[in-house]
Amino acid sequence: MENITLNHYLTLAAILFIVGVIGIFMNRKNIITILMCIELILLSVNINFVAFSAFMHDLNGQIFTFFILTVAAAEVSIGLAILTIFYRNRHSGAVEDSNVMKG
Amino acid sequence: MIADLLFFMFASVLLLGAVGVVSAKNPMFSVLFLVLCFFNAAGLFILIGAEFLGLLLMMVYVGAIAVMFLFVLMTVDMSVDVKERKSPMFTFASLAIGAVLLVELIFALMGGVASTGRIAATIPLVDDVENIMQLGQVLFTNYMYPFITVSMVLLVGMVGAIVLTHRRREHVLRQDIGEQISRTREESIALVSPTLGKGIS
Repeated sequence: MENITLNHYLTLAAILFIVGVIGIFMNRKNIITILMCIELILLSVNINFVAFSAFMHDLNGQIFTFFILTVAAAEVSIGLAILTIFYRNRHSGAVEDSNVMKG
Repeated sequence: MIADLLFFMFASVLLLGAVGVVSAKNPMFSVLFLVLCFFNAAGLFILIGAEFLGLLLMMVYVGAIAVMFLFVLMTVDMSVDVKERKSPMFTFASLAIGAVLLVELIFALMGGVASTGRIAATIPLVDDVENIMQLGQVLFTNYMYPFITVSMVLLVGMVGAIVLTHRRREHVLRQDIGEQISRTREESIALVSPTLGKGIS
């Protein structure tokens, strides 16, 4: 790991973040893909944390990655549960129709 | 040298996988690309020395989250609007937003934000102790209360998912312990003496 610097990891995470953001805008009708893009964004943040942790010899970054992983798991489970009941009520996965909160 | 090569390999496959997640027509392929992404990110983590987090990424994301995505995709019919989903205006707008973000991040990276060693390490990383051991020693002492809080977050997530998706069906016989115990002989048994050839109606 002589030639790989922190900037390499940060650039990788930045590109990954941007791909995730573009994905949210491009697939805005498909909520499952939106959730996956959120996962990509969280992954890029995790890469940043771990890279800083390794290059600064500080363990705090890895701890926070741990917490982010946990929160991401909870968030995905809730999101998919909401998607499941949305489909059960509407019999479609079109989140475009979900602009009225009438259940 | 080999580590550099590994970094570039993992990073390029990771980015290709991310582009695949975004651009795949079928959400099923998106999930599989996401699995590819997480495997490569785990490789990066292991390469940089965070072995526990790399393995955790594989176990949690590939083992739990990707499988959950696949379950939901198979039970929910998401093939809604494949044709009209890519309007060119939104594609252009999203690419423009991406370009703006990219320029901002490039400026931020060039501005020297990412120089190491400016802040003193609060929990120093020791080289000759295993990663998981250090992580455990810090997590269960310094970060005890955040650890408990995050376990509460997981509990709330689990209970919330169950409460959201649970439904009470009609005409399903369930156990009701109090009702069953408090039955008396009078309301549960009837003595009849049927006449010959008639039966009990």
